[in-house]
Amino acid sequence: MLTIKNLHASIEGTPILRGINLEVKAGEIHAIMGPNGSGKSTLASVLAGREEYEITAGEVSFKGKDLLELSPEDRAREGVFLAFQYPVEIPGVSSTNFLRTAVNQVREYRGEEPLDAVKFLTLMKEKMKLVEMDQKLLSRSLNEGFSGGEKKRNEIFQMAMLAPTLSILDETDSGLDIDALRIVSNGVNQLKSKDNATIVVTHYQRLLDYIVPDFVHVLYKGQIVKSGTKELALELEEKGYDWIKDEVDSNATV
Amino acid sequence: MSKDNQILEELTSKEYEHGWSVNYEADEAPVGLTEDTIRWISTKKEEPQWLLDWRLKAFKTWEAMYEPKWANVHYPKIDLQSLKYYSAPKQASKPKNLDEVDPELLDIYKRLGINLNEQKRLQGIAVDAVLDSVSVATTFKGTLSKLGIVFCSFSEAVKEHPELVKKYLGSVVPMTDNYYAALNSAVFSDGSFCYIPKGVRCPMELSTYFRINAANTGQFERTLIVAEDESYVSYLEGCTAPQRDENQLHAAVVEIYAGAHAEVKYSTVQNWFPGDKEGKGGIYNFVTKRGICAGDFSKISWTQVETGSAVTWKYPSCILKGDNSIGEFYSVAVTNNYQQADTGTKMIHIGKNTKSRIVSKGISAGKSQNSYRGQVQVMKRATNARNFSQCDSLLMGDRCGAHTFPYIDINNPTAKVEHEATTSKIGEDQLFYCNQRGIATEDAVALIVNGYAKEVLNQLPMEFAVEAQKLLALTLEGSVG
Repeated sequence: MLTIKNLHASIEGTPILRGINLEVKAGEIHAIMGPNGSGKSTLASVLAGREEYEITAGEVSFKGKDLLELSPEDRAREGVFLAFQYPVEIPGVSSTNFLRTAVNQVREYRGEEPLDAVKFLTLMKEKMKLVEMDQKLLSRSLNEGFSGGEKKRNEIFQMAMLAPTLSILDETDSGLDIDALRIVSNGVNQLKSKDNATIVVTHYQRLLDYIVPDFVHVLYKGQIVKSGTKELALELEEKGYDWIKDEVDSNATV
Repeated sequence: MSKDNQILEELTSKEYEHGWSVNYEADEAPVGLTEDTIRWISTKKEEPQWLLDWRLKAFKTWEAMYEPKWANVHYPKIDLQSLKYYSAPKQASKPKNLDEVDPELLDIYKRLGINLNEQKRLQGIAVDAVLDSVSVATTFKGTLSKLGIVFCSFSEAVKEHPELVKKYLGSVVPMTDNYYAALNSAVFSDGSFCYIPKGVRCPMELSTYFRINAANTGQFERTLIVAEDESYVSYLEGCTAPQRDENQLHAAVVEIYAGAHAEVKYSTVQNWFPGDKEGKGGIYNFVTKRGICAGDFSKISWTQVETGSAVTWKYPSCILKGDNSIGEFYSVAVTNNYQQADTGTKMIHIGKNTKSRIVSKGISAGKSQNSYRGQVQVMKRATNARNFSQCDSLLMGDRCGAHTFPYIDINNPTAKVEHEATTSKIGEDQLFYCNQRGIATEDAVALIVNGYAKEVLNQLPMEFAVEAQKLLALTLEGSVG
């Protein structure tokens, strides 16, 4: 589904990603871990098409298409979803209005009829249950005055509404208490199918107790320096990142 | 230039939709402004002596006045002697009803999306259509007159209801008020007149549609709305002009009188030609709008969506004279490219327990300058006056300006006055967030801007609100990156 080859990206001339290689197949969950500043969030942003990053080398193919050629909205319409680390507030625009615009633009791209108000509302009610969303939030301005937990739940709710093929969760666990973490993870797990894939970007192993990954990758200095299964995450939890850093840095000096 | 600005640029560079003009034979006053010009207009309109005298007095007053310089707008000096002060489409004879109106003129309005044919019109709105200097048609007159409501062109009112015009003309905006009001008083050509008798609730929206067509012509219309005790009326005003290289002057006066327990809602969607992308051409819109809440418990509410004009100078105001009277001002002002707007309101609290509410939303894009200027004045005897003001500015890109000039003048210690202000930018973050959910940038801007202006748009009558939303999106199309 997603193939990343030798991806290099920089911001304002500073290289952040220095040759990422990753293969994600349908039905898989990949966790990207790594110390602060290793490029985890950059990878998520680059895949979603944030424009301040400059791609200096490499290629990314998504469902056979050159992802890097697509505008951010076309990537979304093709099925790439990014759950933001810091969801953005849009005053005066209700979640309902926002989502209806989004869902119908995606449908239009795919050559489907727009959903009428009744069908849309039915879909919303169904998906709200997934993340135990309070209906009141939907008529309020998007993310404005939402608590940290509500914002993250709203991200997963949007994900459920848009039914993406590739979901990228960018530190969705940050700022969540244990109950919210459980609710958010439940939502993600219920949305999992054999046809879609998830990339979980996280700092802590805690989230992976709830969303169990098929593969764990460690990102350091803009490269994937170690890959393994979920046991790798446990090892990292126990030993920290220093041993990996040492391994990489000593190899580099040799 | 950042990507954000590029999109802003594209979005704001949408061409003006109503830029066409039509050639028709016109009756025009000679170029220039002298006493003779005024006599010419007055004769043309077959006016009574008292009105000519009134005009001439205004002209004398105006001659002694200077153009105001305090507004935060800059434009080359207007040569008032190079303008024509009257232009009217030639019609064989004065039409008595719509069937007799020149089809060519009706067609102009059709192209603007305004069908003056009563049968085909959406129910619930009566229209007075003003082309250049004269009113060409007023719809639904019959229906309204059954209720005693007078809705007609100003010239007609002078002939049919001279006592009402005489009583209220200049009673809210005196001819001495300011430079442009004095000029208007001297040379005004037509406009709308509306009278709602005591206890009558006007069953439909009354609307005036102004269109400037002729070149080098100033449009000076005058609107007078009188709502007697316990009456209600909602009034709409729309305007467009052709795209011309030179600037055109529009200096209107609107006066509203509200008796005890009367309520007047006045909504404007102003879409005069704003000039092109380089700032060439466009309308100079110097307008004086004021209402007086003369009776106790009366209410006047101004709502404006300002998207057009090269330069705007406009402060719809309320004089809250009656006890417990209420004044409201809701405004969205959008400026793009090289547009300049200096707009706001004045709330003058004279009566006891008077309340006013100001909600102003400025949106600046391109290289435009957008200023809010507002005054809240509480007089000595206005015990328990209340005011709430909210002034928000939204910036798109980094080459435009937003300015706020609030004046507060309190002479009674029981007054409670609140002022809130915010300035924000359409962020790259907001746009990216929308994009990431599959929403195209232009639609994202429309969504964000309409969200921002929602509180004001909600005040407009439904049909108008939809139009206004589209207009906002259109004005800003091409302006975000």
